Amino acid sequence: MATDPRAPETLSLATFTQGVWKENPVFVMLLGLCPVLAVTNTATNALAMGLATTFVLLCSGVLVSLLRKIIPKQVRIACYIIIIATFVTIVDYAIQAISLDLHRALGAFIQLIVVNCVILGRAESYASKNPVTNAFVNALGMGVGFTLALLCLGVVREVLGFGSLFGFELFGASFQPWAVFALPPGGFFALAGWLFLFALIRKRRTAAKPEESHVA
Amino acid sequence: MSDAFPPPPAPALPSSRKLITALAAIAVISGLLVAVTYQVTAPVIKKNQQAALERAIFQVLPTATAHANFRLEGNALTPLPAEQFAEANVFAGYDADHQLVGVAMEGSARGYQDVVRILYAYDPAQQGILGFTVLQSSETPGIGDKVESDDAFQENFNPLDASLNAAGDALAHPITTVKNGRKVNAWEIDGISGATITSAAVGNALNTSAQAMLPTLIANQHLLTPRKGDE
Repeated sequence: MATDPRAPETLSLATFTQGVWKENPVFVMLLGLCPVLAVTNTATNALAMGLATTFVLLCSGVLVSLLRKIIPKQVRIACYIIIIATFVTIVDYAIQAISLDLHRALGAFIQLIVVNCVILGRAESYASKNPVTNAFVNALGMGVGFTLALLCLGVVREVLGFGSLFGFELFGASFQPWAVFALPPGGFFALAGWLFLFALIRKRRTAAKPEESHVA
Repeated sequence: MSDAFPPPPAPALPSSRKLITALAAIAVISGLLVAVTYQVTAPVIKKNQQAALERAIFQVLPTATAHANFRLEGNALTPLPAEQFAEANVFAGYDADHQLVGVAMEGSARGYQDVVRILYAYDPAQQGILGFTVLQSSETPGIGDKVESDDAFQENFNPLDASLNAAGDALAHPITTVKNGRKVNAWEIDGISGATITSAAVGNALNTSAQAMLPTLIANQHLLTPRKGDE
């Protein structure tokens, strides 16, 4: 970061793409890895977790931004946590109402969205310093980036670990699933693969455009 | 993060009252939002839970085609109408010929993360437990949830001995979970190595529930016979 992050940012496409690509919470910042590794064993779980996190990011971002002039600096973290926990509880109820099976599959990780550092990080470093529209767009970008990253892992792990995609069988009965990808260690392998790929793309881009080597 | 930059001149510390007011206001907003969401989703969640319980009953009693609800309280077993599904704690399953195939009951015990709630099937004719399914658990994904997916663990219930003692007031042998590969008796559960705590929780849930429910259930067994069928 070259500029003072305390200055409000003007709304631009970069506000959105920051979370999707340049500062992707998973592939670049390596934040919130607990749900990333734990619930990406199938693409459906990954998508649900991504959407739930995006919802919490959006709502808490908007509310923190709205209240940014009211919240005293000394108690801001406590306020952010209350706001985030509120929306996590709402998501928890909503998922129970949509599908109990999904709620069971995601288990404790729904409640654990509260401690996902991506969300608190956005509230502290962006939403509390920028107007509502910017906070909304930025949170949406971060949410999309987080969901995409989870989906990347979920798709690979489900195809290799179960031989299916979104629950649909892909290969027929003769396919021998690579069980380790369905288990927690598979999350590390898949994440390592994706990180390698992203680092490679990033390096190529930097080599092509050396003047843009700084992450803005 | 702002520490990295030259700090602005420190503003005067706001009064405690201001801090408390701000926190209280946010807490009130949060409380309202959560309460409204709860009010809206509660009926839907309840309906989902009933549907899930009903599915679970037919899952642990695969040969059943219909079920009747009972409430077991103290020493009494009372039949309940179908609408009072939520208050029932004993579910009798009947096959197509109106014969009793088994009784589904709930059990719960402390697991690794939180309470594990299971629904298990008991066959009064064999005095044994036929199987179980997990209703609610927060166990570690990929480890604790093995109790449902591990075939060797499911083999314990075919059936697991849960016969009553001569007096009929407790189990003849308490159901216990033993270490993987140490099972010698019909009332022991062979645990899963790596998921010891959850395996033990299933055993504890079965034991606690069976000790409490089965004596009364067996004493009132005549109530379970189908009202329609002719035996």
